[in-house]
Amino acid sequence: MAKKSIRIRAKVEGGVTEVKALISHEMETGLRKDKKTGEKIPAHFIKEVTCEHNGKKVLGAEWSVAISKNPYLAFKFSGGKAGDDVKVSWVDNTGESDSESSKIS
Amino acid sequence: MSMKRRTFLQGTMAGSVVAIATSAGLLSPRAVLAAWSEKAFEAENTPGAISALFGSDATNDGDVQIKAPDIAENGAVVPITITSGIKNIEAIAIFVDKNPRPLAANFVLGGATDGYVSTRVKMGKTSKLIAIVKAGGKLHSGSKEVKVTIGGCGG
Repeated sequence: MAKKSIRIRAKVEGGVTEVKALISHEMETGLRKDKKTGEKIPAHFIKEVTCEHNGKKVLGAEWSVAISKNPYLAFKFSGGKAGDDVKVSWVDNTGESDSESSKIS
Repeated sequence: MSMKRRTFLQGTMAGSVVAIATSAGLLSPRAVLAAWSEKAFEAENTPGAISALFGSDATNDGDVQIKAPDIAENGAVVPITITSGIKNIEAIAIFVDKNPRPLAANFVLGGATDGYVSTRVKMGKTSKLIAIVKAGGKLHSGSKEVKVTIGGCGG
């Protein structure tokens, strides 16, 4: 993956960290047809997302094709501090993957 | 239908990481919690998907709130936020009842993670959104009907 596919924003307030992540991905259902050729566009979607705080897993997500294109994900956890590391990674059904780290602000 | 399944399987096998995770999951279904649940995601009705995912479809109405629009103009992008005050939540799953395969997402929460997830889902047509929260071995559910004016699954 040449381009960064994940954007993360993590912010701590009153001991609770809210993480918001936006991932660039087609999330193709496998049900749509190419309008010119009439052939089915193969499914291409993120299956698993992992979110870590200082190397410790805080959220694991399993997704289907029903998650919208360019997925958005937000969640909250306690125990984070400003400057801590937050990492989000994903794997899709073709084996492609990406991960990105950010600091809590 | 079988052709599609074939390409889907081949696509899966191409991803060695996923293939390993899947086969590990098949060999020891109980040992793997976070592995993608093929059976649950392929289930064509909500109770079937809930059973495949959690081993039971016995749910209680509980402290599970779904925030989503009453009317979604575009079914391809329906924002949904689930909040729950239940303690020690293990997992939160989202189902779109009328989608061909209702299970949209399953979130496995760590010990310090709040009962809160927000994402965006596709809805083929007007349907109930169902959220299942698993805590202490029990399943709690919440639901909300969302009217869809343009479906988000076709082309």
